[in-house]
Amino acid sequence: MNWLDIGAVDDIPLRGARIVKTKVGCVAVFRTAEAEIFAASNTCPHKGGPLAEGIVHGQKVTCPLHNWVFDLNTGEAQGADEGRIATYPVRIDDGRILLDATDLMAQRAA
Amino acid sequence: MKKNLVIIGAGMASGRLLEHLTDAQGADWDVTLFNAEPRGNYNRIMLSPVLSGDKTYDEIVTHDDDWYAERGVTCRFGERVTGIDRAAKIVRAPNGDVAYDKLVLGTGSDPFIIPLPGHDLDGVIAYRDLEDTEKMMGMGAGKRVVVIGGGLLGLEAAAGMAARGADVTVVHIMGHLMERQLDEAAGYLLKTSLEGKGISIRLLANSQAILGENGHVRALQLDTGEELPCDLLVMAVGIRPSVALAKEAGLAVGRGVHVDDQLVTSDADVLAVGECVEHDGAVFGLVAPLYDQAKVAAQTLMGEDASFVQKSLSTKLKVTGCDLFSAGDFAEGEGREDIVFRDPSRGVYKRLVIKDNVVVGAVMYGDTADGNWFFGLIKDKTDISDMRETLIFGPAFQGGSPADPLSAVAALPLDAEICGCNGICKGTIVDAITAGSTELGAVRATTKASASCGTCTGLVEQLLEVTLGDEYAAPENAAICGCTDLSHEDVRRLIKTKELKSQPAVWQELGWTTPNGCHVCRPAVNFYLLADWPVEYQDDPQSRFINERKHANIQKDGTFSVVPRMWGGITNANELRAIADAADKYNVPTVKVTGGQRIDLLGVKGEDLPAMWADLNRAGLVSGHAYSKGLRTVKTCVGTDHCRFGTQDSTGLGIKLERALWGSWTPHKVKLGVSGCPRNCAEATCKDVGIVCVDSGYQIGVGGAAGMDLKEIERLCEVETEQEAMDVVIAFTQLYRENAKYLDRMYKWIAKVGLDWAKERVVDDLEERAALVERFELSQSIYRRDPWADEAKKAQQKYTPLADLTLEAAE
Ligand code: SRM
Ligand SMILES: Cc1cc2nc3c(=O)[nH]c(=O)nc-3n(C[C@H](O)[C@H](O)[C@H](O)COP(=O)(O)OP(=O)(O)OC[C@H]3O[C@@H](n4cnc5c(N)ncnc54)[C@H](O)[C@@H]3O)c2cc1C
Ligand code: SF4
Ligand code: FES
Repeated sequence: MNWLDIGAVDDIPLRGARIVKTKVGCVAVFRTAEAEIFAASNTCPHKGGPLAEGIVHGQKVTCPLHNWVFDLNTGEAQGADEGRIATYPVRIDDGRILLDATDLMAQRAA
Repeated sequence: MKKNLVIIGAGMASGRLLEHLTDAQGADWDVTLFNAEPRGNYNRIMLSPVLSGDKTYDEIVTHDDDWYAERGVTCRFGERVTGIDRAAKIVRAPNGDVAYDKLVLGTGSDPFIIPLPGHDLDGVIAYRDLEDTEKMMGMGAGKRVVVIGGGLLGLEAAAGMAARGADVTVVHIMGHLMERQLDEAAGYLLKTSLEGKGISIRLLANSQAILGENGHVRALQLDTGEELPCDLLVMAVGIRPSVALAKEAGLAVGRGVHVDDQLVTSDADVLAVGECVEHDGAVFGLVAPLYDQAKVAAQTLMGEDASFVQKSLSTKLKVTGCDLFSAGDFAEGEGREDIVFRDPSRGVYKRLVIKDNVVVGAVMYGDTADGNWFFGLIKDKTDISDMRETLIFGPAFQGGSPADPLSAVAALPLDAEICGCNGICKGTIVDAITAGSTELGAVRATTKASASCGTCTGLVEQLLEVTLGDEYAAPENAAICGCTDLSHEDVRRLIKTKELKSQPAVWQELGWTTPNGCHVCRPAVNFYLLADWPVEYQDDPQSRFINERKHANIQKDGTFSVVPRMWGGITNANELRAIADAADKYNVPTVKVTGGQRIDLLGVKGEDLPAMWADLNRAGLVSGHAYSKGLRTVKTCVGTDHCRFGTQDSTGLGIKLERALWGSWTPHKVKLGVSGCPRNCAEATCKDVGIVCVDSGYQIGVGGAAGMDLKEIERLCEVETEQEAMDVVIAFTQLYRENAKYLDRMYKWIAKVGLDWAKERVVDDLEERAALVERFELSQSIYRRDPWADEAKKAQQKYTPLADLTLEAAE
């Protein structure tokens, strides 16, 4: 595990999201409740919609382009749609968001 | 020879330590106990009952003078220790120093005081000790108090003083009360119940300064400039471990005084217990773990082997006079699932959080009878897979064959009330069903059950299902979405009649089955609330589709398009230059003239939006709302200004209408057209509202469209003056805002209510017309503003990435 402090919980609006740019593409960081954060790929497997721009409800997000819904726990598309987004471990420590960057910094420059 | 033990702080933790130590056989200590407060150990957590008058101070004293005397404890109360000399092993105090062999720190916490201007005024207090409590007890009828902080302590303080008749206002920075322990729905119920006790609650309120007069507090000023007058101001915004003494003595200190598993600090002869310690990264704020610490510390002092272990903590909460229960954990974590139960008629809300078939959290409001049972499930990590379907109904429904979700309804006794509005119980409904009322409408007609507010519709349907079995055909679902059984029309009606003014109020009172809705219902509910309560309700951007949240249209590649407003299609060289400059500066790939008489800049990067808007704003250009369910464009023709056929100033009227209507939110988008003569060059006859100017005045038509359906407008009326034309259009728009279903264009709504119904209100009834205009203006006093200017100023951060890890890699 390689926990990186990426910002404060309060930097993300409740039931909103912000993105983190990484070497392997944008990661969307979702705030589903006062102190509940999820991180997942920002890119919808349907047609690449930016998931951080979607409506966040419960522990799910709806893609802004064509309304696919993803469960942020598993990354699985819900209902009849088939697809999955990568999810990344996150935790909260004293109001700060820590993201496990092990998979995200894989291509770290030498 | 007896050894000297000095204890600094007579608090809940050190008090317990003393009990363990002096109870033990052969304890061999000369104990000196210092306390800054002029008294010994008392039960701090019972201060609230003292405040509210339910208990006296004497009743909460845990150790009295006799107790200390019996156990030979030397008391130095009212004396604050000023220093520790670890080399000489001496504690320094005003009335004489004391030498120690072992020292215990039990200094507790200091309440956090926000360093607002005026925080040191007389009459600004925290809530920590008996002195604070006594000051609050002086607040009775005729006194005004402001409490900053809507957490447990702040609300206890508020409830206590309100019980004494004081006029109390709670100022809380977050969107709901006790946000750490409660979710929004329970927070909403708590707020309602506190308001019922006469406490006024100000959410999302930022304190700016404390104002005084002759050195005494006079009012709290919010960042809006508003002043809340008060005789006493209580700050209950958090605590910090009290570490100053330890730090000065050179002990290892982080957030609290560092201790190991034996509660020994970085000095082998100094121990620490209670809220002042930090153990394995954690600090503490509730008594349960402190008692464990006290026991271990006592054992350490007696030379016994013991270790303090942090338990996964479940907290139970209670606010004076509110039936509230919260246990376990809602924060962080993946793989969680919610079970929500609401009974709006009784004001009951229950929510369980499940992870891996184990209950990890429970929030309950209004009916907490099963609280301890759930608390047990959490503590014991009971596997609940077998009782999942009926779990939320509590222990009474467990056992037997619970697999069927309908069994809960089936298990209800016949005299259980189903419809709270009409007082109809299960037996009556079942009788009606067996007597032939086999669908919802018939049950409503025969029993009146679910015929009033309709929130028990789900239960009645389940009864139909239970009673009729396979014979029951569920009705066609007109519900908004899976979160509720109610239709758009029902929700709109209930928001008005029940005066629901927040989303949590809607979720709770109307029995939503999800914690906070979904992408289908949230935008609709958000619109209904702001249309019906423009002043009271605060728009929620997170319940809006991305376009309305970022004030631009999202493109298929995730970029955005930017369409500035061109009032009535009129522009000038200055504006065009600003648009051209912006196109250059932000590398806009496509510049297009739209079908709505203005210019679209397509392909703008999300993070460039605020800067681009600021540039456009400087040239006087504002948002064209090309993205909103609101006023889009007012298309005009050149009219009398230039055209040889023009009968009235169509351009001028178009601009006036656009200026009046812009910024308003509507059920779906609204487009207007104003043509100067029946040649109709502005295509007014296929707009939501179309005006065709004629010699005698203005022909106003409504309900046109040229999108998926092609519709010609229908004539609403003809008026003589421009002012009348404005009033009619505004009143009609407001009628649409107040009544239509979200995402019905005007023509669809008119088809439902009938044009005559609208005419009666807007054309015939002049009083109603004026009232509609007035309500529209009230709403526009809040919404008639340029979102681009607002966003460019204050909300920049939501357009930029939270972090950029690509840079990190370069070291
Ligand atoms: C930019 C523009 C096309 C153009 O290049 O001219 C346009 C672009 C879009 N229109 Fe339109 N409409 C545009 C004029 C029209 C017109 C013509 C008009 O307004 O005079 C119509 C038919 C008239 C009408 O509305 O009745 C029109 C009928 C629609 C419809 C169908 C609405 C309906 O109720 O049937 C949609 C879909 C919807 O709103 O649900 C739509 C939706 C859209 C959306 C917002 C699709 C979307 O949701 O992403 C398009 C955004 C494109 C983008 O990425 O920016 N657009 N759209 C026009 C912007 C006008 C403006 O200045 O604001
Ligand atoms: C109103 C209220 C309600 C609460 N309700 C609950 C509840 O329902 N459940 C729950 O679990 N917890 C509750 N708490 C929290 C609980 O009271 C604390 O966790 C607990 O009291 C901490 O114990 P402690 O011994 O660490 O510190 P304290 O009890 O604060 O004792 C510390 C003592 O040290 C003294 N002191 C500090 N510095 C010096 C010095 N230099 N020299 C001499 N003396 C010093 C202080 O004056 C104080 O008397 C409540 C707290 C308050 C204020
Ligand atoms: S007509 Fe269709 S493709 Fe063209 S802008 Fe409108 S919505 Fe997009
Ligand atoms: S791109 Fe996400 S649903 Fe189509």
